Amino acid sequence: MPVEIPKDNWPGAVRTITLGATAAEGGSRRQVVTVGGAKSLPFLHFEAIHPYRPVIALEIRDRRPDDWSPLLIKTWQEVVDDPASWAQAGEKLGVDLIQLTLSLTKADGSSNTPANAVNVVKAVLAATGLPLLVFGPGQAEVDNELLVAVAEATKGERLVLGICEDKNYRTIVAAALANGHLVSARTPMDVNLAKQLNILIKDMGMPLDRILMDPTTGALGYGIEYGYSVMERLRLAALQGDTMTQFPMIVTPGFEAWKTKEAKVGEGVPAEWGDWEARAIHWESLTTIALLESGADIVVLRHPESIRRIQAAIQELMTQAEPA
Amino acid sequence: MALTGIQIYKLLPKTNCKDCGYPTCLAFAMKLAAKQEELSACPHVSEAARAELAESSAPPVRLITLKANGNEFKSGNETVLFRHEKTFVNKPGVFVRFSDDLSPAEIQANLAPAEAFQVNYVGISLALDGYAVASVTGNPEAFAGAVAAIRNLSHKPLILIARDPQVMAAGLRVVDGETPLIYAADQDNWQSMAELARQHQAPLAVRADSLEDLAGLTEKLVAAGVEDLVLDPGGRDLATSLSRCTQIRRLALKNFRPLGYPIIALPAEASTPEIEPLMAAQSVAKYGGFIVLSSFTPELLYPLLVLRQNIYTDPQKPIQVQPGLYEINDPGPESPVLVTTNFSITYFSVANEVEGSGIPAWLVVADAEGMSVLTAWAAGKFDAERIAKDVRSFGVAEKVTHKRIVLPGHVAVLSGELEEELPGWEIRVGPREAVDLPSFLKQAL
Ligand code: B12
Ligand code: SF4
Repeated sequence: MPVEIPKDNWPGAVRTITLGATAAEGGSRRQVVTVGGAKSLPFLHFEAIHPYRPVIALEIRDRRPDDWSPLLIKTWQEVVDDPASWAQAGEKLGVDLIQLTLSLTKADGSSNTPANAVNVVKAVLAATGLPLLVFGPGQAEVDNELLVAVAEATKGERLVLGICEDKNYRTIVAAALANGHLVSARTPMDVNLAKQLNILIKDMGMPLDRILMDPTTGALGYGIEYGYSVMERLRLAALQGDTMTQFPMIVTPGFEAWKTKEAKVGEGVPAEWGDWEARAIHWESLTTIALLESGADIVVLRHPESIRRIQAAIQELMTQAEPA
Repeated sequence: MALTGIQIYKLLPKTNCKDCGYPTCLAFAMKLAAKQEELSACPHVSEAARAELAESSAPPVRLITLKANGNEFKSGNETVLFRHEKTFVNKPGVFVRFSDDLSPAEIQANLAPAEAFQVNYVGISLALDGYAVASVTGNPEAFAGAVAAIRNLSHKPLILIARDPQVMAAGLRVVDGETPLIYAADQDNWQSMAELARQHQAPLAVRADSLEDLAGLTEKLVAAGVEDLVLDPGGRDLATSLSRCTQIRRLALKNFRPLGYPIIALPAEASTPEIEPLMAAQSVAKYGGFIVLSSFTPELLYPLLVLRQNIYTDPQKPIQVQPGLYEINDPGPESPVLVTTNFSITYFSVANEVEGSGIPAWLVVADAEGMSVLTAWAAGKFDAERIAKDVRSFGVAEKVTHKRIVLPGHVAVLSGELEEELPGWEIRVGPREAVDLPSFLKQAL
């Protein structure tokens, strides 16, 4: 019998945003990455053409992380001591982006310095042709100090600088603005807070094609449902034409999933939790797939096996079996 | 979807005779729409209108129940596309598949751990909902043997998977009197499958590779007297599956009856073993009603069932525990006092660690309106004043001889103020994550 498929015809669309710049564009990246452009909810190819697939960023640190799950250290081995090799390993895996987080302290325990941050960022840029996202340690003053130096030393690269939050965005936005970079704006799981911060950043003169928004997420079992729903609501608002929500969304399921006990601890846990490594990889990849289905454009991940699976899933989700 | 007051009004006699007790038909229609009145209060409504109203009040996704020896599983009755609109109600069932090419002994060996699987998540016990038995041999006896092997060990509901009606009949005979799900009727076998569904009064899954064919089949089956149906819209890749499931849910919510049934998803047939878990997760979030996995793997089941729990919680009210003073491992007057919030996930993360450490402790579960430590702190629901008030009203001082309290590491900033609010108490800052509590309790206290 004939079935009339209900199709939403949305007035709005997500902005397309390009990360990184090639030599011709004033940077040094071998390739750039474009995200966004959605005119319907994720992967509904019968409704609209999805010009850009969601992309994967590998999270790396400027030095060996002290508090990561031993499973991650085991799988990455010695590259965790050298961000440049770590980035290269990510590129070999086929990730689209590298997300480098600067630490509060250097490996020897002394405070991180702008000079060190610049060296690390330059080394990573030299080691890989992928676009780069650079996040501060998450303490306002240190973030500002390190990121301003990084922004200046890499003028024109179209890096993404983060993390801009309501209490600390001005300096980072100003540095990005002056040096041709992008910013990532993070708010705690709330549609209105996300809009407000985007407006504040826009009001500083930041062009709208240089803003990503991070609505924050929780891991599976630790608040993912809030992040999931806020992302669905933000995406619906964008499609309905609310311009201040029409930014591609970036989320950090790797960070969230790998801080859970389920991913970090292998002993003294219930037998029903099953094999530790397999469970941890499921924790990260299931968190990620749920967030992709609710609208994530960039997912930041940690484990190579989760990355491989999510690459396969994105490829399958983007294959248009039944054309619009 | 339910009709509006105006739509109902159009179906009423519009005579304003007041026999229903309302001044006008419109007033009565509004009460009906608000579900505060029964249609039977109007003695004059026509047969046709009655039928139409009954139709529109039926749930958009039909409720399907599987039964076995007192165990029940329900799917359907969903009313929204997005969980922020209104809670998703009936969690999709997770079923593990066994094939009939395994011997009964092999089946039972594999079944035992699956049957015993039970995991605790924030005080909720999670387990499998049932099993699927698949005919791969095409042999009725093998199929019946496999069904019997499962039935010997388990009382959970079943999904029987066979294309050949004779094979299906053999399986159904083993579980006569139960209500398993019959999978599946298709273009070729639907008449015999319908016959079996009627005989056993069991719901019937319907399989087709397009929504047109699927709707055509369900219409024929309803006409043949089988009303409890489940849909398999085909499409074993993530994109096709997502599109079709979304289309079905949208159509159902628009009251398109031929597709107003729960969906069965088969991650077991995903394109690769790596995609299977991801397809299962997609089906949890996007409209699956029954989910069939190819094997029992606890390391996947646990996160999958947690995801299901998360997606199906009421988005308006967080799961919380009763505020109060909790005793862990039988504490005495010397035992340490710890403070946390009454958000379920927070409480259980802390309580489980303390319990696991074997160290006796008092746990002050403050009334933070069901929020996590940092959320409650940021929202002003977990400040020094509130903690001090709870410490006093729970009578902590009467239980212990010392005056020392441990705060969560994430709210170290509160320690100064809390010292002022609780004169004479020593405020200690604990680790940030609960995982580190046992070593902290052993070393620092
Ligand atoms: C889910 C969530 C929400 C949910 C609420 C869920 C709930 N019921 O609490 C929602 C979406 C509603 C929400 C709202 C808000 N949130 Co919120 N939210 C989160 C999120 C994503 C996860 C929180 C969570 O559930 N964690 C899991 C639980 C188990 O963690 P926990 O309670 O801290 O417990 C752990 C430890 O603290 C420790 N522990 C607990 N007790 C104890 C006790 C002792 C003695 C010890 C030693 C250890 C210990 O053990 C646990 C496991 O390790 C976090 C960000 C993140 N990814 O973590 C932000 C976050 C907590 N939220 C934040 C904010 C600001 C808010 C809002 C104020 C935003 C706003 N302005 O509206 C609102 C406030 C709510 C309101 N106004 O009503 C901020 C807080 C910032 C800060 N540092 O102050 C965070 C950190 C996000 C961010 N980075 O900005 N939020
Ligand atoms: S009894 Fe029926 S016809 Fe009479 S006023 Fe009420 S609704 Fe109208």
